[in-house]
Order: sequence, then C-alpha cells, then structure tokens
Amino acid sequence: MSRIAMKVNGADITKDVADPTLLSEFLREHLGLTGTHVGCDTTQCGCCVVHLDGVSVKSCTVLVGQAAGHAVTTIEGLAEGGQLHPVQKAFRECHGLQCGFCTPGMIMAATELIATYPGTLNEHVVREEMEGNLCRCTGYHNIVRAILTAAEEMLGPDRVVQPASDHAKTEG
Amino acid sequence: MYPLVYHRPKTLAEAKELFGAGADATFLSGGHTLLPTMKQRLAAPSDVIDLTAIPEMRGIAVEARLLKIGAATTHAEVAESKIVRDAIPVLAGLAGSIGDRHVRHRGTIGGSTANNDPAADYPSAVLALGATIVTDRRRIAADDFFTGLYQTLREPGEIVTRIEFPIPDSACYAKFRSPASRYSIVGVFVARTGKNVRVAVTGAGASGVFRPAEFEAALSADFRPEAVAHCSVDPDSLLNDLNATGEYRAHLIRVLAGRAVAKPGALQSFK
Ligand SMILES: Cc1cc2nc3c(=O)[nH]c(=O)nc-3n(C[C@H](O)[C@H](O)[C@H](O)COP(=O)(O)OP(=O)(O)OC[C@H]3O[C@@H](n4cnc5c(N)ncnc54)[C@H](O)[C@@H]3O)c2cc1C
Ligand code: FES
Ligand code: FES
Repeated sequence: MSRIAMKVNGADITKDVADPTLLSEFLREHLGLTGTHVGCDTTQCGCCVVHLDGVSVKSCTVLVGQAAGHAVTTIEGLAEGGQLHPVQKAFRECHGLQCGFCTPGMIMAATELIATYPGTLNEHVVREEMEGNLCRCTGYHNIVRAILTAAEEMLGPDRVVQPASDHAKTEG
Repeated sequence: MYPLVYHRPKTLAEAKELFGAGADATFLSGGHTLLPTMKQRLAAPSDVIDLTAIPEMRGIAVEARLLKIGAATTHAEVAESKIVRDAIPVLAGLAGSIGDRHVRHRGTIGGSTANNDPAADYPSAVLALGATIVTDRRRIAADDFFTGLYQTLREPGEIVTRIEFPIPDSACYAKFRSPASRYSIVGVFVARTGKNVRVAVTGAGASGVFRPAEFEAALSADFRPEAVAHCSVDPDSLLNDLNATGEYRAHLIRVLAGRAVAKPGALQSFK
C-alpha cells in the first residue's frame, strides 16, 4: 500500500492504493472515471489511452506508482465549460464511432497527435500514427475524417491535407 | 495483479540495495515488456524497482565520436532527438518505427537491450554498430552481450545505465513487420565504417540477434545491393513459427539487406 498523489484532470488527488494497481484500474475503480476503457489489458488495443504529463500512454500498462507525482488527463477532462473539445465534436459530426468502446482512447490519442505532431497531417500520417488504437466497428474511415476535421479547426488549413471526399472521387 | 512492492529509487546505490533486499526483485524501465509479462504470469517479482528517476540513466550526448544514450531514454525521445538524428540518423528512424506511438512514449532503449527479445529492433542496431553496453559495474561489447533468446551476459542485479554507439560513416535499417504484433519478422541493420561493414539480423535467428558472416564479407568487398544477391543464411538456424518459416525468413534477410544498402542512412519499414 502506498499513498499516491497525482493531478487528475486538473484536480489534486491523494489516495492509499495497493502497489500492483494499474493506472487504468486506479482511474476506473478508485476514482470512478469509467470513461477510460479497458479493451484488451494486453497493451494492444489503445482503448485505455490517457495523457501522462501531456503524452499519450496505455494506462493498462502503467503502474499507479509510475504516475505518482505526475498529471493525468482522461476523456472526462477534455471538455471545457460544457463545450466539447474539437476532437470530441468532430467524432460526433463525422460519425467517427459506432459502439463507442474504442472512442475514449481514440480521442485521447488524436488530441495528443494533433497537439504534438510537428509536420503536416494527412490521411496517411493519421493512419500510421493511430495504429496503436484498434476499432472493431467503423473500419476507421470516419475516425480518420474526424481527426483531420478537428485538426483543421485546431491547427488551421495550412497544416492539414483533407482526403478527397468519396463523393468527389465517384464524380471523377 | 498479484501483490508486489513498487520502488522508485533516486540513485543507483539505492536501486542496488533494494535489489539485494528483495526476495525476487526485478527492474522496471518503461514497463512495456515487463508489465504484459507479469499479467501473463510469466514473471511474478516480489519487488519492482523503477529505474527511471535515476539521473545517470537519462540523457543523450556525443563525446569523442561516441553517441551515448541513457538506458531510461524512451523510444520517442531517441526518435525526436536532434543529436541522434545528426549523429546516426537511422537510429532515430529505428526508434520511431518501434510498436506504436503510445509504446514509444514509454518503452526505453535500456529495457529493450536488457530484454533481448529475438524480434526487438534495438539489439540489431546495438550489435551492427558495435556498441558498448555500460552497466553499474563494467563495460560490455555488444558482440559479447547478446547470448541467446532473452539472454544476455547481464548478471542478476546488474543495471544497464547507458549504451555507447561509435558513429559510423553510414548505417541503414530495413525491416518487415508483422501487421498484428508490429514486431519485425526480419530486420536487417547494416553499418559501414571505412571498408568495414557489420550486419546484424533481428527477428529471425533461432538464438536471437546475429551477424551473418557471408553478408558482411560480401558488403565489405563491394558495398552495393547486388553484392548480397547470392548470400544466404541457413534456414535451419532461423525461427520457424506462425509468422514465417525459416526459408521465408532466409529469403527476407537477403531482400532486406539489399534494400537497406540501397538507401544509406534510411529506415525502411515494410508490412
Ligand atoms: C504493443 C507493443 C508493441 C511493441 N512493438 C515493438 C517493436 O516493434 N519493436 C521492438 O523492438 N519492441 C517492441 N515492443 C517492446 C517495447 O519496445 C518495450 O518497451 C521494450 O522492449 C522494453 O523496454 P521497457 O523500457 O518497456 O522495459 P521493461 O518492460 O521495463 O523491462 C524489460 C526487461 O528488462 C529489464 N530491464 C529494464 N531496464 C533495465 C536496465 N536498465 N538494466 C537492467 N535490466 C533492465 C527488466 O527487469 C525486464 O526484465 C512492443 C511492445 C508493445 C507493448
Ligand atoms: S486496454 Fe490497454 S491497450 Fe488495450
Ligand atoms: S466504435 Fe466500436 S470499437 Fe470502435
């Protein structure tokens, strides 16, 4: 048992927790932040992605002690003043989800990608950089569109190349 | 998970003391091999000693034509480092090709080298570049360090603190990834310094990373992709598993060696 102090979504938290507790387990079961999902628990699927000091990590593969003294942001911490984060908004508008199980991890991964990627974001880059996040429903197409839509809103049109729309493609 | 005690020492001395005091202690760096292994019950340490808060384990620098990277440096830090990109560009490329971006944010060069997974990327660079593994008690040449599948010369309680890479004239890496696991089925790292060429193959060897002598001789004589066209590795010395047969891996070694040499300085990842 250790006394763990960390910042979670901006709030200072102190709890006594057993050492083998995973960060994902701590967030869900000790803090009730069940937006962070556990899909595989084997570091494969990315459903559990949160930000640790602004960097995306698979929280099922971090011991709570490793995160002690650091700042964690979960999907619950993204919206500000009742306003959805641009990535959340874009997932809704672009139909970037079906069952929604992968969505919190997708959105946390995408917000970090947009915030930190140094170059121009395009469909290829997004697909490569998001390969640590698996979705069993959507076929990824609308997830990529959602991310590029949000990226354009956040970074401006100069940093983002939108894919040619399916509609434009069929029209030649 | 099952009971364990987590420690985060601030000095090497403290880490060694904790290791000695634990019934069955182990070190933790990025945890991206250790924690999945523990969940599978393939490891059940009593004490987990996190090495990442120890200052000696961090930092990237070039001194006397040696690129020195602290063991707790993450794959993402190596991939983004200007020092690494200037000194050995393909090493930054290799680090940026490991797993996915979340794995790269946690996994470390020291953890990967100490673990010596037969499919890991770093051991090929460490061996081909003739790096030195620096520990809390000695310096070990890469040629001696990797001794078999998940086996190294490291003694119980010995801490890898940094890796020192001699800077070559040029180096290149070509790998073929399993689309499911993201690990290399075959990766070929080629380093050239003057007329001396060293080649290391990961993902394929039945006893882990190895240097294919015939390829090194051919490329030392003639540093062109064509030089390896007739080189071969005995398929019986290679892994034969659900990802690929030994014959297929032997074929990939030749193809990837040729592709690597065709693009000096470049990381090429195929899937
Ligand atoms: C989904 C996924 C995909 C991956 N894909 C790839 C890939 O494509 N290529 C690749 O190369 N790797 C891949 N990895 C492995 C990843 O790079 C690991 O992070 C790495 O191999 C181990 O580094 P670590 O810092 O996480 O080590 P840890 O898990 O912390 O430690 C691994 C082992 O080394 C020991 N150890 C750690 N540091 C030291 C030290 N300084 N001194 C002595 N012993 C030490 C530990 O006790 C443990 O036994 C993948 C991992 C995952 C989860
Ligand atoms: S639950 Fe963490 S990666 Fe799948
Ligand atoms: S929306 Fe169902 S897993 Fe992605």
